[in-house]
Amino acid sequence: MNQESLRKLVLETLGRIAPDADPAALDPAVNVRDQIDFDSMDFYNFAVALHEKLGVEIPESDYPRLSSIDGCVRYLQEKIDGRVAG
Amino acid sequence: MSEFRMPSLGADMEAGTLTRWLVGEGDTVHRGDIIAVVETVKGAIDVEVFEDGRVEKLLVEPGTEVPVGTPLARIRSEGEPAAAPAVQETQAARPRAAAPGGAAVATRRRVSPAARRRARELGVDAEALEGEGPVTVADVERAAGSGPARAVPPGGMRAAIAAAMSRSKREIPHYYLQTSVDMGAALERLAAWNAERPVPERLLPAVLLLRAAARAAARYPEMNGWYRDGAHAPSAAVHAGMATALRGGGLVAPALHDADGRPLPELMRALADLVSRARTGRLRSSEMADPTITVTSLGEQGVESVLPVIFPPQVAIVGFGSIVERPWVVAGKVVPRPVVRVSLAADHRVSDGHRGARFLAGIGRLLENPEEP
Repeated sequence: MNQESLRKLVLETLGRIAPDADPAALDPAVNVRDQIDFDSMDFYNFAVALHEKLGVEIPESDYPRLSSIDGCVRYLQEKIDGRVAG
Repeated sequence: MSEFRMPSLGADMEAGTLTRWLVGEGDTVHRGDIIAVVETVKGAIDVEVFEDGRVEKLLVEPGTEVPVGTPLARIRSEGEPAAAPAVQETQAARPRAAAPGGAAVATRRRVSPAARRRARELGVDAEALEGEGPVTVADVERAAGSGPARAVPPGGMRAAIAAAMSRSKREIPHYYLQTSVDMGAALERLAAWNAERPVPERLLPAVLLLRAAARAAARYPEMNGWYRDGAHAPSAAVHAGMATALRGGGLVAPALHDADGRPLPELMRALADLVSRARTGRLRSSEMADPTITVTSLGEQGVESVLPVIFPPQVAIVGFGSIVERPWVVAGKVVPRPVVRVSLAADHRVSDGHRGARFLAGIGRLLENPEEP
């Protein structure tokens, strides 16, 4: 999966959890929680959805890397590349 | 024969609009099936049927606003003889509004609560919009050809909250208690549990707090149930209303059923599902109708303490602040510990501060001596 389709997936997932937020309008470099109401329960649902769609393990200690859309895409790309390599 | 009526989805609801039937006349229904969608000031609610049977007659057309208690459909129980042939003919001649079973549920589009409000303002049929995923405010505004998004004041919902809270403050003699609880042991156990498990099986501190409040409520019936017709009606089950803030403003407190008895991982999934559905406008009628006690957690904002207002006709509400690191005395020494402030507002017509204090202390003990998940 390339960066573009990963980004699409991340935005779609955000949109499903926070349909009123219009994820496309968010600044991808900035923490999502600083831009919209997004609490720990929303984040939990977000992480579960990414885990289920991509089959990647996301340790709790890596959660901070998922805080912005750009960070999320980078992190997931690394995870997927690592899995393919491994 | 029985009547399927416009449900009361909370003490503040007087009427609702039947938005859509998910069954047609002649369809077989089972207890717990979602058969209609009703629009209230709290958004669209999926309404469940409470018996097995066959839909004999739909009595109310979609788009009609009717008072609580109005019959919406007639349902014939299993084994009950069929009604007059005229009804059968009507059934055969009338095109089905929806396929039986879940097909209709799968095809209609969800509408977020804010989008629904905006659609009402702009006169857009939000559920009819094409596309994937829940309908958003942007979708509605595009459909209406109106300008860019602006803040949408949740007028109806705000009025309903105001009415319920005014009634609470007018009728319920509240008393308030607070205590602080060391969350260290609970959080250590939580971290150990989460470290070994994939994302969907992990727990959030919120579920520990909820669970402790629910288990304590099961032991203190004066805190659990409703005040009706001048007397307390305790509830055997604990259905914890989860105060949930909606994006764009407003608040709902749908019930997490049997919150005292289910295993923590199951409760966590149910809680995440409930909050997600509350925020995307997909709550069910039973969740709106029957909370026995409410739990509110303002921890996300970093606020340490909340003194909540009881949701009538309930008789108590438990509040949790943020879990914050604070100096704490352990074995004569001051050490930093994660501490949560727990508060109780309870109804003096039903209980006194003495019982309230024991209830609150019970929550504290459950949190300080964590169970196995």
